[in-house]
Amino acid sequence: MIEATGVTKSFKRIRAVDDVSFTLDEGDSLALWGSNGAGKTTLIRCLLGVFPCKGQVKINGIDLRHKGKHARSLVGYVPQELAFHDDARLGASMLFFAHLRRADPSRAVESLEKVGLTGHERKRVRDLSGGMKQRLALAIALIADPPIVVLDEPTSNLDSSGRGEVVETLRNLRQSGKTIIFASHRPDEVVSLARRVLIMEQGRVVRDSTPAELWPDDAPVVTLRLHLSGNDEHAAATLLREAGHAVHLNKSGLLVSVERHRKAEPISVLASAAISVRDFEVLDDLPLGSRTPEEVVVSMHDSGALI
Amino acid sequence: MNMSSIQANPNQTVHLKQTPLAPGAHLTRTRGVLAFAGREFRDAVSSKWFLLYTVAFSVLAIAVSFVSLAGSGAQGFAGFGRTAAGLLNLIMLIVPLMALTAGAGSVAGERERGTLLYLLAQPISRTELLLGKYLGLAIALCCSLCVGFGLSAAVLAWRAGGVGIGSFLMLVLFTCVLALSMLSVGVLISVVSRRSGVATGLGLFSWLALVFLSDLGLMAGTVLFKLRVQEVFALAIINPLQAFKMGVVVNLNASLDVLGPVGMYASHTYGQALPWLLAGVIILWVLLPLFLAIVLFKRRKGI
Repeated sequence: MIEATGVTKSFKRIRAVDDVSFTLDEGDSLALWGSNGAGKTTLIRCLLGVFPCKGQVKINGIDLRHKGKHARSLVGYVPQELAFHDDARLGASMLFFAHLRRADPSRAVESLEKVGLTGHERKRVRDLSGGMKQRLALAIALIADPPIVVLDEPTSNLDSSGRGEVVETLRNLRQSGKTIIFASHRPDEVVSLARRVLIMEQGRVVRDSTPAELWPDDAPVVTLRLHLSGNDEHAAATLLREAGHAVHLNKSGLLVSVERHRKAEPISVLASAAISVRDFEVLDDLPLGSRTPEEVVVSMHDSGALI
Repeated sequence: MNMSSIQANPNQTVHLKQTPLAPGAHLTRTRGVLAFAGREFRDAVSSKWFLLYTVAFSVLAIAVSFVSLAGSGAQGFAGFGRTAAGLLNLIMLIVPLMALTAGAGSVAGERERGTLLYLLAQPISRTELLLGKYLGLAIALCCSLCVGFGLSAAVLAWRAGGVGIGSFLMLVLFTCVLALSMLSVGVLISVVSRRSGVATGLGLFSWLALVFLSDLGLMAGTVLFKLRVQEVFALAIINPLQAFKMGVVVNLNASLDVLGPVGMYASHTYGQALPWLLAGVIILWVLLPLFLAIVLFKRRKGI
């Protein structure tokens, strides 16, 4: 269904995507996992043919470079944040995309119904909440009933209830046989939706894995926040990922999800590379699929545990 | 009510839901272009700037009509021809400004808002996107101009009858082609600009260069380099506004002698072919920047 060979994209001297190859069968679901800047979004844009990349992408055997328009007609795309004309009305926007994608106008109604936006047709895009915008993007992606859906961190701007709704919709899509590729840094989403996980680091795929390998069902997961002695957080994140840990690096620090009985392992991995850990916090036990590192951080912060 | 159903008779609802076209089916180029053109047209006519330009042009065109009628000394005398001549300078100022700024904001605005990426992820080529936007803006611009000209014509028909209406209609046609040429330049600027502010700035600078600086440059060049008359003519008509001005003067059956030695040279050398030459220059200004814009847009490595 999707065949990517040696996909490479550089911006001046920076290689945002570096020689990525994978194949994805019909009905399969693939998560792109990695921290911010790992190249997930750029890879998705390469897969859509939004800008030219080295290498080859084939969708259903159609070479994206030569027949990009035809290949894209097989793909519904949900961006991280819906960028659309704020003044446009929701119903008019749907009809525009229905026209563009050669879908029957009735599909616009069905798509809105599918994502729970029926009755909001007269609203302008600027009046929609973040969650509604995300659902609108999903409705547009599904308007022509494409066999492939590509999503770029589809729940990153949603609250927990909105996130649950979107994940549920995607789960239904997966069950209906759609091929799904999505970027995420949320373990719960990956576990719920993906059969395969490509772990990306600095534009490269460092591991082709499965959610079960990364987060085994029978082991409760602990999230550690590591405080390093130096400013080696990126190098540390890379090392930990290479060692098979789920790592999330953002402004709140370096978070590592690790099985409860392996808490010392990340520290020893870093020590072997001369990166010393000054301190660490055990944020919480993370029963698989229920809470993500960020949610643990937020909940503990709210309860005063981190103060 | 569901869009897909119609009431065939009181007791029966017939569902006309069509099977969606198979994804990957042949997508015609025209369909994508028209989809974008329709959206661009709606966006343009609902834009405050566009409305402002239309109102300004209409008010000024009506004012020129009244002034022309008053200047004729007697109502009902050659109103359309005089007004066409009176409108010439107004058109040369306002129309390029309208078209350049509209074109400059087209792609750069989408790029800045982040909507361009989303549109390019749809099953449409860059050429279709650009042509669709161009077509939508072109129709909106021509409609805006026709409103102004129409109101002016209504005033003239009411006060002066239909004398000289042929020249007036030719002026409308020439003006629309001029607007299309400036729109092409604006779209080209938009394609190469990352931000809409930069694109608008470049559009305004182009307007200034075409309207004022090129005349000054030509005069200075003529004096400094002692250019021959044929060279001055060739340099003059490179500027689409000059070509437009000469074309309108020829169309009004006025002697190009009013434009000095260059005008005399042009009318004596090219004779009947001159209007076609001038029209050809403006049409080249429509096609070349648009073609260049498409090539550059397709070859962009990013969005």
